[in-house]
Amino acid sequence: MSYACLTQECLATILDAIGIDTPEEVFSSIPEDLRYDSRLDIKGPLDEESLRREFICDTANVVFAGGGIYRHHIPALVNAIASRQEFLTAYTPYQPEISQGTLQAIFEYQSMMASLTGMDVANASMYDGATALAEAALMAAKIRGIKRIIVSRATHPAYRMVLKTYLAHMQDISLVEVPFDPDSGQTDMKAFAEMVDTDAAVFVQQPNYFGVIEPMDDIAAKAFHAGFWGMVVTEAISLGLLKNPGSYNPDVVIGDAQSFGNPPGAGGPLLGFFCVNKKHVRRMPGRIIGLTSDTRERQAFCLTLATREQHIRREKATSNICTNQGLCALRAALYLSAMGPAGLRQAATQCASGARYLMNALKDKGIAPVFSAPVFHEFVIPLAPEKFDSLRKDGIVGGIPISSHYPEIGDACLVNVTEMNTKEDCECLIRRL
Amino acid sequence: MSDQKTISHFPEIKEPLLIKRSSPGKNTRVCPAPFEHCALHDLDPAEKLPDLPDVSEVETVRHFTRLSRLNYGIDHGMYPLGSCTMKYNPKISEDIAGRLQAIHPADSIAMNSILKYCQSLQRYLQEICGMDACCLWPAAGAHGELTGMMTIKKAIEKSGAAKNTVLIPDTAHGTNPSSCAIAGFTTKAIPSGEEGFLTASILKDHLSQDVAALMITNPNTLGIFEREIAEIARLLHENGSYLYMDGANLNAIMGIARPSDMGVDCMHVNLHKTFGTPHGGGGPGSGPVLVTKELEPFLPAPVIVQDDSGEYSLSWDLPDSIGMVHSCLGNVNVLIKALVYLLSLGADGLKDASIRASLNANYLKSRLKKSFDLPFATPTLHEFVLSDRLQKAAEVTTMDMAKALMEFGFHPPTVYFPLVVSGAIMIEPTETEPIEELDRFVQAMETIARTSSEDPQSLHDTPRGCPVTRVDEVWAARNLLLTWSMNESKGEDLVSK
Repeated sequence: MSYACLTQECLATILDAIGIDTPEEVFSSIPEDLRYDSRLDIKGPLDEESLRREFICDTANVVFAGGGIYRHHIPALVNAIASRQEFLTAYTPYQPEISQGTLQAIFEYQSMMASLTGMDVANASMYDGATALAEAALMAAKIRGIKRIIVSRATHPAYRMVLKTYLAHMQDISLVEVPFDPDSGQTDMKAFAEMVDTDAAVFVQQPNYFGVIEPMDDIAAKAFHAGFWGMVVTEAISLGLLKNPGSYNPDVVIGDAQSFGNPPGAGGPLLGFFCVNKKHVRRMPGRIIGLTSDTRERQAFCLTLATREQHIRREKATSNICTNQGLCALRAALYLSAMGPAGLRQAATQCASGARYLMNALKDKGIAPVFSAPVFHEFVIPLAPEKFDSLRKDGIVGGIPISSHYPEIGDACLVNVTEMNTKEDCECLIRRL
Repeated sequence: MSDQKTISHFPEIKEPLLIKRSSPGKNTRVCPAPFEHCALHDLDPAEKLPDLPDVSEVETVRHFTRLSRLNYGIDHGMYPLGSCTMKYNPKISEDIAGRLQAIHPADSIAMNSILKYCQSLQRYLQEICGMDACCLWPAAGAHGELTGMMTIKKAIEKSGAAKNTVLIPDTAHGTNPSSCAIAGFTTKAIPSGEEGFLTASILKDHLSQDVAALMITNPNTLGIFEREIAEIARLLHENGSYLYMDGANLNAIMGIARPSDMGVDCMHVNLHKTFGTPHGGGGPGSGPVLVTKELEPFLPAPVIVQDDSGEYSLSWDLPDSIGMVHSCLGNVNVLIKALVYLLSLGADGLKDASIRASLNANYLKSRLKKSFDLPFATPTLHEFVLSDRLQKAAEVTTMDMAKALMEFGFHPPTVYFPLVVSGAIMIEPTETEPIEELDRFVQAMETIARTSSEDPQSLHDTPRGCPVTRVDEVWAARNLLLTWSMNESKGEDLVSK
């Protein structure tokens, strides 16, 4: 079944109108020697029940894994509204007159993200936090005088790897890592202070990959002397509790807002966000929705600042991004509207409280966290690699093994607690450690 | 136009910004609270609550439901956006993929299944394209282009060759030159031939030692199959250059012709076009990259590997890889939907889809060319391009006709693209449109053509039956009201104008 409907009678009408005798003649412009004359080796067609059986999957019940992809409560209305075909099956809103729904919803997403980050403007989304960081670095690299991109080693390893991929061909820009303090788990401030200069663009993640809260006042005071500086937020829920990034006056705040109404999804889709101060808005990558009016002076929305974009500027565009994560941004808008100010604060507070609950219980069992600085909702504990498999056999994902990315820490596990966990989950984990 | 029966999908709704309904204490949601609240002084929390709308659940639901009704989707009707392949999005794909969303990528047992699905999808995409290897992680078509061009860049560096120019025909999508530039290449636009496809002799004129690759869309954005592509590939390979194919229009050739036979070295496909996954009003899409054996070592990390016991896992042990292009596994959930689609069609269904997509497009073309200018007479496959040359005499433009189509309940085609056709109208009906809908579209277009000579002003005034009339995009770009607070600070208030 190809979801096409064409009776023999219709087919005759169509062939007649085109002026050909057989359907295959429609491909007469393809040279004979390029035609594929075998049958593709693809299973199917499968009926809906057989299809369902192909996709049965054993999922763990108790999960303490985060590391940039988080499990949070998603109000039921998010799925109910986001699955409406009007939002789900629409294309990018190039024709504003029949896309006001998408346009206004994304404008509201932009408004809420700008407000939460304390920045002037948010774009309509990026693929994920890592590509948002890479694009922020590319944006910084275009600023006169920038020669180095400095990133804290306590930034998400995959983000740093994507950054490296994107910067690989830029011979005149070097990528440098700032070490972290092995006791506190925070970015090493002495090293940071020595590296920051006007020819550098610096990026620091808050909370960092270890869940540790960075000393942002100190970092901001030093980053102020850099040519460009950006904050990375991989856990958007933290915006509900911590001081907003904008209060530290960065040039950009980028990261991932998957936590806002988007499930872990086995790794994606995620929701990259990109926020800047007004002065950078014309350098910004990605789509932006603006408010305007129609010919009858009524409120209307449209894509704006298109002169930055690939379809107008081609090779001179600020970015090549075209399709983004529109539906994920819509879900974030739905989530934030459903949760409201108090709900978001409570989700963040529950995460931090849950992490402290588990951390204390582990301490009672003699398992102390690796780092001493305060954490948001994630922390690192020592754990042998074979332990992950035995936990999973009991239906528990104990966290994320991180020693391959940080051999200097030794065998260790990044443990995350959210409002989706319970005290019973915690007991369950502790009993098996 | 006034006597025409219009199908309005849109109610009379003027929906204010959600923030205007906000009032402290309206939101009474009970949120999960499994733990006693800690004081959290060590986090130095913000004093004030986050600045978000405080509205009740019913207000949120009604606000966004009303907004949804201001949108046009595929389930409303035909969405003939050229080169976007807006085909029907099967409900079963949503249903199945929706059940796999709670999985955390650190869940090794669940991920064993997910990686198995991913590997099946890779294998099927390789089969359809005839290519040797595949990377599923790019999150969109442009991301796939960038990944593919980075892969080529790395291969060239490894070979020690000094090649840095990518040739791109003037019919190309804007992302092509943009992706090349971000991958570190210089681009050079080359003309397509008079018949609307690139000829080997044009390529020869531009082929120098510095040429790293040619980036070509096949069938191209005029819907024309690049019939000299095999010779073009031969010339490129002789020159030590690669052939990159933008697979945006793969829907025309599934089971009909394979890129590998054309000499393609590297390509991307768009799952949200060819494989029926929804576009979500701008994403998430997915843009897997496919390459030859020669380029495989340079593909992004990680790769899916299977051990002796049949278990799947990811490997980062790839010395020549360009590295990671996404923080996790791209838009995994979209990959699942595409696999469901592939399995629900099977080999014959896919070929059938390509045949019917081309038949539908040619049917429309054969009927519409009587009333509209067809700038290229060359045969086309799944899409074709008209122009507004005939209607311009009465000062009716492509924009007017696009907006007028909305009055008849259609989404307009792609307009003013490709750039090689002045006032282009690029139409791709896809295979999932029934003939009745195609006929209705023809009638609408013919009425518009007639009206353009009889009453051009009525076309300038369209759309009238949509949630808004034409939108002032110039004002938007000059005034930059991009958030609620920018709107507020502008003073009360554009909205109540």
